[in-house]
Amino acid sequence: MSSRLQVEFAGVPFKNPVVMASGTFGFGREYADLFDIEKLGGISSKGLTLNPRSGNEGIRIWETPSGIMNSVGLENPGVEGFIQKDLDWVNSLDLVNVVNVGGHSIEDYVQAVERLNDVHLDLLELNISCPNVKQGGMNFGVKTELAAEVVRTIRKVCKHKLVVKMSPNAENIVDLAKACEAEGADGLSLVNTFLGMAIDINKRKPVFNNGYAGVSGPAIKPIALRMVHQVCKNVQVPVMGLGGISTWQDAIEFIMAGATVIQVGTATFMRPEKALDIIDGMERYCEENGIQNLSEIRGIV
Amino acid sequence: MATVIKNEAVGKDFYLLKASGSFNAKIGQFCMLRAWDEYPVLSRPISIFDCDEEGISFLYKVVGHGTELLAQLKPGDAIDVQGPYGNGFPEVKGKIALVGGGIGVAPLYYTAKVLKAQGNAVDLYLGFNDEALLKEDYENVCDNLVVNIGGYVTDDINPAEYEYVMTCGPHIMMEVLHKKVKGTGAQLYVSMENRMGCGVGACLVCSCKTKDGNKKVCKDGPVFKAEEVFTDEQ
Ligand SMILES: Cc1cc2nc3c(=O)[nH]c(=O)nc-3n(C[C@H](O)[C@H](O)[C@H](O)COP(=O)(O)OP(=O)(O)OC[C@H]3O[C@@H](n4cnc5c(N)ncnc54)[C@H](O)[C@@H]3O)c2cc1C
Ligand SMILES: Cc1cc2nc3c(=O)[nH]c(=O)nc-3n(C[C@H](O)[C@H](O)[C@H](O)COP(=O)(O)O)c2cc1C
Ligand code: FES
Repeated sequence: MSSRLQVEFAGVPFKNPVVMASGTFGFGREYADLFDIEKLGGISSKGLTLNPRSGNEGIRIWETPSGIMNSVGLENPGVEGFIQKDLDWVNSLDLVNVVNVGGHSIEDYVQAVERLNDVHLDLLELNISCPNVKQGGMNFGVKTELAAEVVRTIRKVCKHKLVVKMSPNAENIVDLAKACEAEGADGLSLVNTFLGMAIDINKRKPVFNNGYAGVSGPAIKPIALRMVHQVCKNVQVPVMGLGGISTWQDAIEFIMAGATVIQVGTATFMRPEKALDIIDGMERYCEENGIQNLSEIRGIV
Repeated sequence: MATVIKNEAVGKDFYLLKASGSFNAKIGQFCMLRAWDEYPVLSRPISIFDCDEEGISFLYKVVGHGTELLAQLKPGDAIDVQGPYGNGFPEVKGKIALVGGGIGVAPLYYTAKVLKAQGNAVDLYLGFNDEALLKEDYENVCDNLVVNIGGYVTDDINPAEYEYVMTCGPHIMMEVLHKKVKGTGAQLYVSMENRMGCGVGACLVCSCKTKDGNKKVCKDGPVFKAEEVFTDEQ
């Protein structure tokens, strides 16, 4: 690989800008058995919460045209479980280690982040949108004021580089992005899943126990791309763009919209090595178009 | 990419597909099949019906878009066969009954074939709604074949005659069997069928509750000891 795909995000160097999206790649172990995951740029961990969670009951995945809906409910081993069992392994890989943290109260976020202050990681991705998680009732990622409050509080305690992962369900995505930047986020990632719904017409009930669930995959790509474009035009901090990326052409679109790094989520379910095809395709595109580094086309649209 | 060797109807809406390639499959494992590019997004989990030097076979029922696309495949077409995945049935020694309901009979052919070749006594109990699938094939890989059409195959078995019972089929059938096997001394293994995303243990959409907390059907399963997944209050 040449240096064409090398990027820097909030001071962290990436050999290529392709990160596996939180919740779709575990901690990488399962996929390490299937392909050479060190060819990737980085991994964003399964969303961790302060305490272990067993996740939602009932159906957790449903297919939609060109997409999926999920309602996992943040099943995870908890921050401590991750530190004990998986962190060293993830750090031993030649990959950017993004640790994704979720929460259902500000206190939970704070304690989880404080525990992570003691360990090595490259970027802390704060998931402020947990539409699947009923407990607590509110979604921090919808209202600008609430998002700002979480980021302000976390910024004070967090010793790591802080990336705020935004919800596309935000009332005003640009205002919310600007507020996160103003409160000290080192970068932003967007988008998380869109709130959606499916109804079982035979049972006359929602498919998911929680009623609503998160939509991801190619179906959301145009909207995610538009949001990434809007946000990139309005903030100075670097942006990780995601939402439905499944080809290298999609990835180049997000870069042209202004993203520094892109993440691949649902597409991995099509074929485990999809992200490697994306990296190869981006490299080829740069070569064929005489692009020495992606920065030449970043945000050109 | 594997290549389709044959793909034939073996009953109404049931197909047997064989793909070339060398697969080291264990009994009761499954593969994620894909014969399309990006859409549908998800690959389809299908049990391994048989595996030999020539390739790997799948018995499937057309129930929706994905299996419809599989049914259209012709010899020479490409098919993405990801796997084999999952733990599979244990290779035990003794007197074994295999109980299948509907398309749940699929993994039991290879299971019977391998367990019998290892010198075990293997009886097959297969339940169907209206027609028996591949009766002669199943007959050839077991000591006794019992076929039940339209009734409850669980009525036909006396679990006390066996050391091990392995089952795959509708949840309700497996639960009934669990109640029947309990207390007989036979050990029951059940193969679970949850909706899957990744198929490899990374996304946690296939979690199932067990005595020892959540387990992933795709990676820790699909086969579990019955008492791990069926709690007694049910
Ligand atoms: C471990 C395992 C082994 C299986 N083995 C076989 C087999 O050998 N032969 C066979 O015919 N079928 C088998 N199934 C069921 C098979 O996966 C589904 O029938 C198939 O995915 C339906 O896809 P579709 O596109 O035709 O239907 P659709 O209804 O259009 O599928 C939509 C979505 O729902 C999922 N889905 C639908 N029905 C089921 C189901 N019953 N279980 C799990 N997911 C489902 C699909 O994978 C897909 O993601 C197995 C399932 C599992 C989990
Ligand atoms: C099964 C599944 C689990 C997810 N879990 C998390 C999570 O724990 N934390 C998080 O921030 N995002 C989670 N996401 C959202 C993805 O990281 C990503 O933002 C979203 O799926 C959009 O990208 P995609 O279309 O490429 O999948 C999850 C998505 C899926 C499909
Ligand atoms: S299907 Fe992804 S963990 Fe089982």
